[in-house]
Amino acid sequence: MANEYDVIVIGGGPAGLTAGLYTARSMLKVKLFEKEGVGGQAAITDYIENFPGFPDGISGFELSDKIRKQAEKFGVEIGYAEVTSVDFSGSVKKITTTDGEYEAKAVIITTGVRPTKLDVPGAAELTGRGISYCATCDGPFFKNKRVLVLGGGNSAVEEAVYLTRFASQVTIVHRRDELRTDKILQERARKNDKVDFMFDSVLTKVSGDGLVSGAVVKNVKTGEEVTVPVNGIFVFIGNLPNTEVFNGKIELDEKGYIVTNNNLMTSASGVFAAGDVRNNPLKQVVTATGEGALAAVSAEKYIES
Amino acid sequence: MAGNVVEVSENTWNAEVLKSDRPVLVDFWAAWCGPCRIVAPVIEELANIHSNKMKFAKLNVDDNQRLAGQYQVMSIPTFAIFVGGEVKKRFVGAMPKERFVSELSEWLK
Repeated sequence: MANEYDVIVIGGGPAGLTAGLYTARSMLKVKLFEKEGVGGQAAITDYIENFPGFPDGISGFELSDKIRKQAEKFGVEIGYAEVTSVDFSGSVKKITTTDGEYEAKAVIITTGVRPTKLDVPGAAELTGRGISYCATCDGPFFKNKRVLVLGGGNSAVEEAVYLTRFASQVTIVHRRDELRTDKILQERARKNDKVDFMFDSVLTKVSGDGLVSGAVVKNVKTGEEVTVPVNGIFVFIGNLPNTEVFNGKIELDEKGYIVTNNNLMTSASGVFAAGDVRNNPLKQVVTATGEGALAAVSAEKYIES
Repeated sequence: MAGNVVEVSENTWNAEVLKSDRPVLVDFWAAWCGPCRIVAPVIEELANIHSNKMKFAKLNVDDNQRLAGQYQVMSIPTFAIFVGGEVKKRFVGAMPKERFVSELSEWLK
């Protein structure tokens, strides 16, 4: 049957592409499903400067594209379709997609995460009109304008520094009293004249007529609210795992991330997980690719046994 | 290959978009934007299937900043559906093909 594979990989970010590359290179028949476009979160990252082998850094899009080419070279078939349901109960795993039904001996889940959306008054109406989730996409629209960056993790601080190329002032609004980022990023942000901080603070409202013109920021310790005149709000307030379709099929932790053993097998035999979607402590391209390789080898051993 | 997707600019905007006899989906994009490149093949595929019902156009916001400003595009990709010169619907960001089809369903009947 045409729709039978040794391995089906769900998700085309760095973890999935690497899992595909490894399994296909082991002469297995591999199908990878991607619902939007390959590269995942890495593809919208401006510069990745901690991926070994690229001393000058590499754009996230370019790195993703190179991994895709490498995976396709070894025979991974990439299908652009969304997985709508799964049946992991038998030894043959059944995957239903918007492009038909597929079967595999083993499945590797690499569906990653998506950004948490801003949920305050004004957010829905002004998304795409000053509220953005992608600094590399939208930074150039904010030349000589003031922007807020929401969040205190690596993404927030990294993108805040990136935005200083365009914006006149970048204010990082973070709900805690200190950043939770790599030291090198903190240094870079603190040394940048265009970057300032509002700690212990959260955004409570966005205002604007057609375009963002202001934001209400509340100090969570004092309760005091101030209105900040801004044109842009970049949101990096965390991520949600893309695991809805696996709910009830495999074990998830309390936040929805996939639980695995040391070989990256999930609670369903023959079903593995790798990358950001797993309840791992580090979400980086280098760990995603490493986990993709481990899940691939584990899947291969599982099929052979 | 652009195929059935029409590249529009400030010069051709009036004729190709505002005065089009068919509804037009305009993809506001730029070369620097990863999701724009990700979504381009989806738009081409839709254009190849549905060109008889809708026109599929793309506007480079970097080369046509005045139009991007006029339509208040501050995120890309932004998609806007023009009927009779007016924006009837707009949505932002890359998404799966099926979601595009559902966003466009009213005009693909």
